[in-house]
Amino acid sequence: MSKKILIADDEQNIVISIEFLLRREGFEVLVAGDGEEALAKVRAEKPDLVLLDVMMPKMNGFDVCQALRADPELSATRILMLTAKGRDTEVSKGLGLGADGYMTKPFSTKELLAEVRKLLET
Amino acid sequence: MLEAPVLITVSLLYLGLLFAVAWWGDKRADQGRSLIASPTIYALSMAVYCTTWTFYGSVGRAAVSGIGFLPVYLGPTLVMALGWIVLLKMIRIVKANRITSIADFISSRYGKSHGLGGLVTIIAVVGIIPYISLQLKAVSNTVSLLFSYPEIVMPHRSATMSVGADISFYIALILAAFTIVFGTRHLDATERHEGMVAAIALESVVKLVAFLAVGVFVTYGVFDGFGDIFDRVAQQQELQKLMTAIPSGAGYSGWFSLVVLSGLAFLFLPRQFQVAVVENVNEAHLKRAAWLFPLYLLLINIFVLPIALGGLLHFAGQGVDADTLVLTFPMSQRQEGLTLLAFIGGLSSATGMVIVETIALSTMVCNDLVMPMLLRHKRATLAESKDLSGLLLAIRRGAIVVILLLGYLYFRLAGEAYALVAIGLISFSAVAQFAPALIGGMYWRGGTRGGALAGLTAGFLVWAYTLLLPSFAKSGWLPGDFLAQGFFGIELLRPQQLFGLSGIDEISHCLFWSFFANIGAYVAVSLLRPPMVAEATQATLFVDALSETGQGGAVLWRGRAQVSDLQELVGRFLGPNRAQSAFAGFARRNGRDGDSKPEADAKLVQFAESLLAGAIGSASARVMVASVAKEEPLSIEEVMHILDEASQLRTYSRELERKSRELTAATLELREANERLQELDRVKDDIMSSVTHELRTPLTSIRAFSELLHDDPKMHLADRTRFLGLIVSEAERLTRLINQTLDLAKIESGRADWNGCELDLKEVIEQSIAATSQLVHEKEAHIEVDLPDNLPLILADRDRLIQVMLNLLSNAVKFLTPGSGLIRVTLSRRDDGLQVSVADNGPGIRPEDQQLVFEKFRQVGDTMTAKPSGTGLGLPISRRIVEHFGGELWVESVPGEGATFRFTLPFPPVQPPAAAPAA
Repeated sequence: MSKKILIADDEQNIVISIEFLLRREGFEVLVAGDGEEALAKVRAEKPDLVLLDVMMPKMNGFDVCQALRADPELSATRILMLTAKGRDTEVSKGLGLGADGYMTKPFSTKELLAEVRKLLET
Repeated sequence: MLEAPVLITVSLLYLGLLFAVAWWGDKRADQGRSLIASPTIYALSMAVYCTTWTFYGSVGRAAVSGIGFLPVYLGPTLVMALGWIVLLKMIRIVKANRITSIADFISSRYGKSHGLGGLVTIIAVVGIIPYISLQLKAVSNTVSLLFSYPEIVMPHRSATMSVGADISFYIALILAAFTIVFGTRHLDATERHEGMVAAIALESVVKLVAFLAVGVFVTYGVFDGFGDIFDRVAQQQELQKLMTAIPSGAGYSGWFSLVVLSGLAFLFLPRQFQVAVVENVNEAHLKRAAWLFPLYLLLINIFVLPIALGGLLHFAGQGVDADTLVLTFPMSQRQEGLTLLAFIGGLSSATGMVIVETIALSTMVCNDLVMPMLLRHKRATLAESKDLSGLLLAIRRGAIVVILLLGYLYFRLAGEAYALVAIGLISFSAVAQFAPALIGGMYWRGGTRGGALAGLTAGFLVWAYTLLLPSFAKSGWLPGDFLAQGFFGIELLRPQQLFGLSGIDEISHCLFWSFFANIGAYVAVSLLRPPMVAEATQATLFVDALSETGQGGAVLWRGRAQVSDLQELVGRFLGPNRAQSAFAGFARRNGRDGDSKPEADAKLVQFAESLLAGAIGSASARVMVASVAKEEPLSIEEVMHILDEASQLRTYSRELERKSRELTAATLELREANERLQELDRVKDDIMSSVTHELRTPLTSIRAFSELLHDDPKMHLADRTRFLGLIVSEAERLTRLINQTLDLAKIESGRADWNGCELDLKEVIEQSIAATSQLVHEKEAHIEVDLPDNLPLILADRDRLIQVMLNLLSNAVKFLTPGSGLIRVTLSRRDDGLQVSVADNGPGIRPEDQQLVFEKFRQVGDTMTAKPSGTGLGLPISRRIVEHFGGELWVESVPGEGATFRFTLPFPPVQPPAAAPAA
């Protein structure tokens, strides 16, 4: 059974590119355009992995991450933070909130795939 | 209820309370927690100026001459308000030279002269005795008045009674005893009496409260306010003369001399010098005293006229002495409590004066009169004695008793002939004789000892001849015929019309002739020869006391002395224990602990001399120190050289202080600058972080699509075309972002190029609408315009305005609902410029976001899942452009009903006609 991945990002073109990439690799892909939508879709669809942008309308990625980690039912969901802000403090903040991985934009599609696979295997 | 035992008990209780306050003040001073370290206490202690003369005498004076009682208070008020700088200089000099009295001050200024100190003391004692007798008279009068309470019986003449039956004699003795306990319990090197000052300040409060209480009672209790009293007076012919500004008789010269006299007395009366100068703990206190003391005088004078006039109305024809009205008024109304309060008020004004005055005088008598004589004639006896501090105290105590008995004697001999105020003025005129030598000494280097001696002697003799002798004559103690015919029948020598000067009152007459003689002799004799070394040295110390190059640190002594000799010498006058601890303290302060060199240096010698000066006066101290040290005289050149060096040293250290202050300030500035830089850094960091975020986002898509295309050459054509299209549009977004960031940076840093020209705004708007017509068409929207013709031109940059318009129009288009969009562009005229509005019927902007849209990189698009395209810099740039041309850009919006962006542009300033093109 193919793994289910949610892409949460408000940049449409980024969503299109990642969606195309992941579908090509055989994953089932869901999309959310803001933080609240992302949280709702995780609860409803229980994806295996969430690609979470930090700067999103309504609810930012850090808050979404915190909410997910506070929910014991969702403890199996992996979280990979994606952000255009590459400061060290942001990285450690995401990881401190319980994200499993962190990638800085712009990223290489190969590295993204490798990270996704690694997170889904463990 | 007011029988003798009650009266005596209350009086003694009051004196006991004063003593307790004084004892407490001394104790606190010993513990280093000064009770009097307050400008208010300082100002209150100055109010020792107000004696029974004020308390009873002002009313008496007012009953005779209306507001003629006032000049005596104007003088001190003027001195405090305008002449406080003189007082400040006196305080500095006194502190720097350990001066203990006014005699010491004058003697020290003219080369530590024994003769001068003695002369000043004699003038002060002779001059003040009438003043002390005045207090005795007032207290004994009030006591005998009260004995007959509730009847008002004017007191008998004391002269008709035997001394043993005279109350005033016992009052004098009680006051003497009290003063002795108060002021001479121990010997202090600086002659400061903190406890006494605290008690005096309390007395000032008591007498003020008592006087105000009587004033309020008379004005509002007996009469019906100020207006009532003055109305009734206005109806009585013989009282009306009191209501004129300056009643006939006293005249302007009288007023003038009273103001001058009282101002001088305020500075030079021994008790005033004691409280204002010697007892001053902090010269900063002068600042508050400069208005608080005049305020005190004002308060204690408010009810003088009402009481006086009320008394004249109330007791008309009853033979009540106006000097007693403050007491007889409450008595006549059977107000026992108020009567007692008034009596205590009078008692406090008398005791305050007597205590401070006799303590000051006894110090002068001891240091400047008796000690020099003992030194001269009994040097051998003095040398044998190990501890002379007991002798010093005995001399002072004896002096107190003698001074008070002399005051009693004067009271018996002359006191009855004069009213309170007249007696006081005799004393004022005597101490005013100090003015030329003292003020001259503080401001004129040329004054010499000879000049001061001559001036003081001449002034004193003239005073005695024109004022003191007549006062004896008028009281029948001397044959009075010399008053009318002059001595030896020479009319020119008539004491009160000297050399034919007549037509002015006796005080002005005395003031004129005594100052004429005093100043004349002082200046003339001073000019006879240049100052000698000792005089010149002291002159410099005194005259330069306030100046930048003050001489405080100079040590003017050369010779050899043994530490043990000096300590033994000081010990003989202060007691061995005090000397021991003073010397130990000096060693500690100067870092000489454990240093037991037997040889004393100049600084220690000077310290020892100043210790002695506090106890026996500066002149005697000089003689005593010279007796144990082998001294080498300094030449005037050497003295000047030392003073010069000291002043250079001070200049140098001031320079250092200034440098250090500058350094501190520079450090502070540096720290502030650094903080500003850090703040700027933080802001820059934030902007950089925003910019990189905005740059990374399109880059992410471009990179992802490119890699997808690159990795998959066999991608469907449709996908391939679509991805390439997205790459292109993201690249365009990136370019726009970079351009706008640079643009904004340029505008913000002021490096942008502006091409100002007069332009027609309508044309600019039409051009911008044409440029966006494609966009509008794509959204199937409509544009309505309202652009009136013939509006004035404005001054701006055409391209920049088009940039603003394009930004507003494309923003409007961006948020329109496809198919039903409507944009309305209007141009209108305002008072001072033109206004452009761009309104859309899109979703609108929430109130909390209406300011945010003008911030950099703040895109607001809450109703859509996708971010609005754009850089987030358009509006910030537009606002800066509009502001550059003096306008404003803002938004008005109701969510759901669209948004309206408006901006204004002002008309150019009106050109002067000359610059207008010729028609």
